[in-house]
Amino acid sequence: MCLAIPAMIKSIDGYQAEADIGGVTRQISIQLTPEAKVGDYILLHTGYSINIIDEAEAEETLRLLKELSEVS
Amino acid sequence: MKFIDEYRDPELGKRLIERIHRHSNNSARLMEFCGGHTVSIFKHGIRQLLPKNIEMLSGPGCPVCVTANADLDKAIALAHLPNVIITSFGDMIRVPGSYSSLQLAKAEGCDIRVVYSAQDSLSIAQDNPDKSVIFIGIGFETTAPTVAATILQAEQEGINNFYVLSLHKLCPPIMKAILDMGEVRLNGIICPGHVSAVIGSYPYQFIPDKYNIACVVSGFEPLDILLCVDMLVDQIETGHYKVEIAYRRGVKPEGNQQALRLMDTVFEVAEADWRGIGVVPESGLRLKKSYQPFDAEAKFEISMKPSREAKGCLCGSILRGINTPLDCKLFGKKCTPEHPVGPCMVSSEGSCATYYHYGDYYGG
Repeated sequence: MCLAIPAMIKSIDGYQAEADIGGVTRQISIQLTPEAKVGDYILLHTGYSINIIDEAEAEETLRLLKELSEVS
Repeated sequence: MKFIDEYRDPELGKRLIERIHRHSNNSARLMEFCGGHTVSIFKHGIRQLLPKNIEMLSGPGCPVCVTANADLDKAIALAHLPNVIITSFGDMIRVPGSYSSLQLAKAEGCDIRVVYSAQDSLSIAQDNPDKSVIFIGIGFETTAPTVAATILQAEQEGINNFYVLSLHKLCPPIMKAILDMGEVRLNGIICPGHVSAVIGSYPYQFIPDKYNIACVVSGFEPLDILLCVDMLVDQIETGHYKVEIAYRRGVKPEGNQQALRLMDTVFEVAEADWRGIGVVPESGLRLKKSYQPFDAEAKFEISMKPSREAKGCLCGSILRGINTPLDCKLFGKKCTPEHPVGPCMVSSEGSCATYYHYGDYYGG
């Protein structure tokens, strides 16, 4: 139920936005993340953006995963 | 898909599993609270890949599953009122209540519509000005802000035929309730990822502080979960218990302040009735007095028969982590996804449905 998927904001009109979800476009609400900008990836849950994905943290986690898998 | 595929790299996964095998010596009982985690763990076969000393249990983190029969009965009674349209997330429709289900009520002629978002209810309300549209508000802190936003939008747009039956529930209080019940001894908790996207990681601090239990917020891809297990194992092996985040791209320690603000504008904390657990104080959300015009419970009068539980169904104790679906005599026989007896078999992320779809339940 708490499923949320990454989606990219394509355009914004007030609290409504158009988001790309793996090639599918959908109207969503950004009322919960009003600071979202075009090009941002957000976590989409039941039609609402519940958080903006932190791309730097995403890279950092991947780096950590690689590091952990290399050291014994 | 970006932010998903990178976290499914099988080679990295294999090496992380080897690392966990090398590092984990003490027996570790971990509970994933969120149904989404249960599905991911089963789908990717993570339980079988972990060392034998790590035991994984599923918790009560499926909102459909934890909705009490009495509350389901309320939703069904509301559906039978004249000039009412019920809107609901899809999973709720098939869950059997004490005497009926929303699906059966629909077959009897009630107007029940599945929506993807609470917001979809508003256009239905606008298209049907002579009807009352009641949204069945289930969900945890992930979903509650979206419903709060919908109510605020209805207020702003002057939509006065939209109501919410608020059955929303809160995660940290139920975690505390389960730990206090003492039926299940845990060493670590895989904290819900998207609940935490909203509430942050601070509300879990009581878990390491008061209960000496490791606590890591996890994402939903297999590498996210393996990273979370690795971090939990580290805490358990060193005995340094704290709250950590393994899902930093989606969760900030302070959460989403705007979502919390909207939730706090519309809702107040109240007791909630949990299937299998009972009424837990301060574990749910009801509409504040100032938003009572949108409160279905304040607006509509319904008469209800006493609720009852399905005979033999173990959903309640499965949700508390003291039984698994394999302990239930109905599982896979009388109770299947096609003919569910209890809610854990209905919801796509219920433990029983997950065991049924992904588990090797014949071989154990």
